[in-house]
Order: sequence, then structure tokens, then C-alpha cells
Amino acid sequence: MAEELLRKTFEIRGRDFDKAGETAGGIKEILTEIGVGSSLIHRAVVIAFEAEMNVVMYAAEGTFTFVFTDEEIKLEIADKGPGIEDLDLALTEGFTTATDKMREMGFGFGMGLPNIKKNADVFNIESEVGAGTTVSATVRLDSSA
Amino acid sequence: MKLAEIKDVLRCEVLTGEDSLAMEVETVVASDGMSEILAFAHPGALMITGLTNVQSVRTADIANVRAMIYIRGKRPGDKAIELARKSNIPILATSVGMFDACGILRELGLKGGM
Repeated sequence: MAEELLRKTFEIRGRDFDKAGETAGGIKEILTEIGVGSSLIHRAVVIAFEAEMNVVMYAAEGTFTFVFTDEEIKLEIADKGPGIEDLDLALTEGFTTATDKMREMGFGFGMGLPNIKKNADVFNIESEVGAGTTVSATVRLDSSA
Repeated sequence: MKLAEIKDVLRCEVLTGEDSLAMEVETVVASDGMSEILAFAHPGALMITGLTNVQSVRTADIANVRAMIYIRGKRPGDKAIELARKSNIPILATSVGMFDACGILRELGLKGGM
């Protein structure tokens, strides 16, 4: 059984583009301080940043839970947003429902969820239209890049 | 290739990180789409972009980019420069466009990150 060593929760505000990325930045600092290997940090923070941007772009608010155990880095991002109608389509590289404004921010090219999935050892997404979306991703400490 | 040489070739202005121009870069990632940079940048790459918001620097930091060049005469705001300073990422700005900047650096031997 994995031993939980650290748990942190961050609130993410939708449409707050100025602060977007601060949670991922904070997680990078924590993992760097713990002394996790750089390729594991890279994968975890790419997941964190993409997930955070999705909340900022699409949802009213979200809760980001970071759990560090002696075996893995677990990231869970639950938002109160519009939800995703077709998850398979949303996970297809290049598919996007982003607005021009989102693309002006440098995101919304249909790579966010695929980037999250690619960097995770375990990935799960659940969504309910009109309620919200929860993304869970795990990076195992014994996995390679 | 040294960042100082890249600065001269592309006639860049240094917005922050003047004391880091001796650093070497070997690969480049160029895009205005941040997910593309997160997906394809080699650690230590030089990032070329026309996106000037805070997220461009955040992306550079998260993708372990070593230095950034803003193209087409675009300039980041104070918040972006401040984050770059905090993250020790030098920022250069050039009036050269994306295609030409990439072409010039490729001819000089720099490689893409893909």
C-alpha cells in the first residue's frame, strides 16, 4: 500500500488568465524541492498546466488536488464546467471547441487532453454535460520518460 | 551555438537575462501554440514564439526551455518579463518573422526539437 507523504489542494478560478499556470508552477516548485527526477517533474507539470488551462478556459471554477506518495504523483482536477459530450472526440489530437480568444492565449489547438494522457501512466476522465469534468492522472515514480 | 551569437544574427534586443548570453543552445522549438511547445520541446531548447502573454513564459518554464525569442517585433508585458526573471529564462526580441528566424537558425546548424 502506497504511503501518502504530501497532499495539497488548489482552487482554480475560471477565466482568470493572469493567474493561469500558477498552480502548475507551484507543483513544479514542490516536486523540485522534494527532489523528484527532472523527467518525472516535466511529465507531472505538463499534465498540471494543461489541466489547469482547461479549467481556466472552459469552467467557472475547479479544484486541483495534488497527492505525493512514496510510489506516485497523483493529480486530480475536478471542474464545474460545461462538461464534454463526446470524450473520445475530445481525446483526439487536433479536435477542439476553443474560441478565437482561447487560441489567442496560445491554447485550444486540440492538444491539451492528448498531452495529459500521453504524460500519464494512469489516466481517467469523467464528464457530465452541464455539470463538469474530472481528470485524474498518475505519474509513477518508478516509470521512465 | 551561443545565445550571444543568436542575438547578433537575429539583431535581438535583450529584455532580460543579459548575463546569460554565454549559454549554449542546440535545439529550437517554435510555435504560437503552447501545447505544441509542451509536447515537443527538448529540455534546454530555445523557444521562438509570437505569443507574448504570461502563459508563454509559464510554458517555457514548465517545458524546461532555456531561453526565449519573441518574433515579429512583439514584446511581452511586464508580468511576463518578471516571471522570466524569476525563472532565470533570458528573453530576446527580434523584428524578424517566424519563418525567417527559424530558417536562419537552421542554416546555422540548430536543430528542431521534434
